[in-house]
Amino acid sequence: MSTPLYQLSDLKVSFPDLAHKPLFGAAPRTDVLKGLTFDVAKGDVLGIVGGSGSGKSTLGRAMIRLLRPDSGSILFEGTEIAQLGEDALRPLRKQFQMIFQDPMSSLNPRHRVGGIIAGPLSLQGFDDIPRRVNDALEMVGLPKGFAARYPHELSGGQRQRVGIARAIALKPDFILADEIVSGLDVSSQAQVLNLLEQLVRDLGLTLAFVSHDLSVIRRLCSRILVMHHGEIVENAATADLFANPQADYTRALLDAIPLPDPDQVWA
Amino acid sequence: MSYLTIQDLTVRLKNGAPLLRKVSLAVNSGEVRALVGESGAGKSMIGKAVLGILPRAAKLTSGKILLDGEDLLRLPPKARRAKIGAKVALIPQDPLTALNPSRRVGPQITDRLVDILGWTRESAEARAVELLDEVHIQSPDRVMRSYPHELSGGMRQRILIASAFAAEPKLIIADEPTTALDVTVQKQILKLIREMQERHDTALLFVTHDLGVVSKISQSLTVLYAGKVIEETDVRTFFAAPKHAYSKALLAATPKYTDPDGSLMPVPDSIISEVEQEVAAFDAQLTR
Repeated sequence: MSTPLYQLSDLKVSFPDLAHKPLFGAAPRTDVLKGLTFDVAKGDVLGIVGGSGSGKSTLGRAMIRLLRPDSGSILFEGTEIAQLGEDALRPLRKQFQMIFQDPMSSLNPRHRVGGIIAGPLSLQGFDDIPRRVNDALEMVGLPKGFAARYPHELSGGQRQRVGIARAIALKPDFILADEIVSGLDVSSQAQVLNLLEQLVRDLGLTLAFVSHDLSVIRRLCSRILVMHHGEIVENAATADLFANPQADYTRALLDAIPLPDPDQVWA
Repeated sequence: MSYLTIQDLTVRLKNGAPLLRKVSLAVNSGEVRALVGESGAGKSMIGKAVLGILPRAAKLTSGKILLDGEDLLRLPPKARRAKIGAKVALIPQDPLTALNPSRRVGPQITDRLVDILGWTRESAEARAVELLDEVHIQSPDRVMRSYPHELSGGMRQRILIASAFAAEPKLIIADEPTTALDVTVQKQILKLIREMQERHDTALLFVTHDLGVVSKISQSLTVLYAGKVIEETDVRTFFAAPKHAYSKALLAATPKYTDPDGSLMPVPDSIISEVEQEVAAFDAQLTR
């Protein structure tokens, strides 16, 4: 059995609660992640689900070290990265990439699509950049000509594909996708999810997919973490979770999803 | 007689490009009608036309908007605004931008009672407390004195619902009121809107892109594509068997967590081109 890609143990993150900051002295801290322990195996597609304020995005950001946890350990391919400084992290950055929720604000409106995808490639010192940009566009199903377009010329679904292309161009070991379909219409949502599913299969990606909607991740994810108030209330294989949810909160989440069926009873 | 009747409403951009193409629909008192479509289908535009808040670039070129039998577009501007202000209210999409961050919540609810109905501040405040109680807010007095940033998203949406119902409007336009909320809160808010709408016997036009939400909130629905009505029916008939191929595809693209396969079907290109042709043929007929 090979080592998991990620091993997290007792991960804690807190933020200063500025609403209750006294005039002098430090603000009291709010615990956002209260000691999380889990593994992510290579090739896993992990769904991270929870309501707003449950800490799901914070967990994702801690995993790719966009923020520094208070305590606990994050082993990435066996290396401890929880407290690494920015200089030590930089060479690791190309191994984890992120796809953002809102493609309009995460793509620079003044850059063309080609430049947006090339940006991280040149920062990380890749060679043969034009070919890699073309390959990435092709993998997400956008025509080559799109490299010359600006983000505002694209539809929401196409913009999200650019975000995906930028992430996979570096051939990362791990991708964090934070609510990437919540701003899209059902049809573009289905396209983006199908694309991700195909990329996961073709490229053997390890992916964490943060979402508040369990219904969109059933197909994509192999495991699901359900978060509530900064704790993991359930960590199960997708099929088991849907067949037999263990935690009350998971059941509440499932019951709250409006099915397109007027006969569904909403207690 | 329907409370709101829209007949052949056409809205164009200044350059002549149509945003709404001869849209007709009606909402009765006590009825909830959903307006469904993808982004750009013109569903919010209909609500804006009724409220008289079309963006500057858009122009209403033909059609009628009858409110209680009276054509709004024939009224002089001042009378029209007075009528809309007294009879129609909006529940907006994003509760954070809809509330003024620098004012306490209380006055933001009571303003319309004082301005529209001419109530005194004191009686308006008493009514606002009642309304907050009606939308199940635990300590209404404290919330009245809070600033929007001190409240959660669900709380803020409750306040906007209370404020929409404050002046006893006959018609409420809800523009995707739950898209910013997570599912458990969405469920509470949808149930609350339905409860308030039934109690006050209000006509409700509910704009959404989520067919799951449609099946929970409305009795009838109008499906739009590119500003044209594609299908119009009651909810049971629609979910049993949508007539138009585009509606069928839209329903197939809606995720269902109970579906073990969980597969999602985007609207196929063939159906998009079919419906595009239909819209083009409709345009050609109009100009002939």
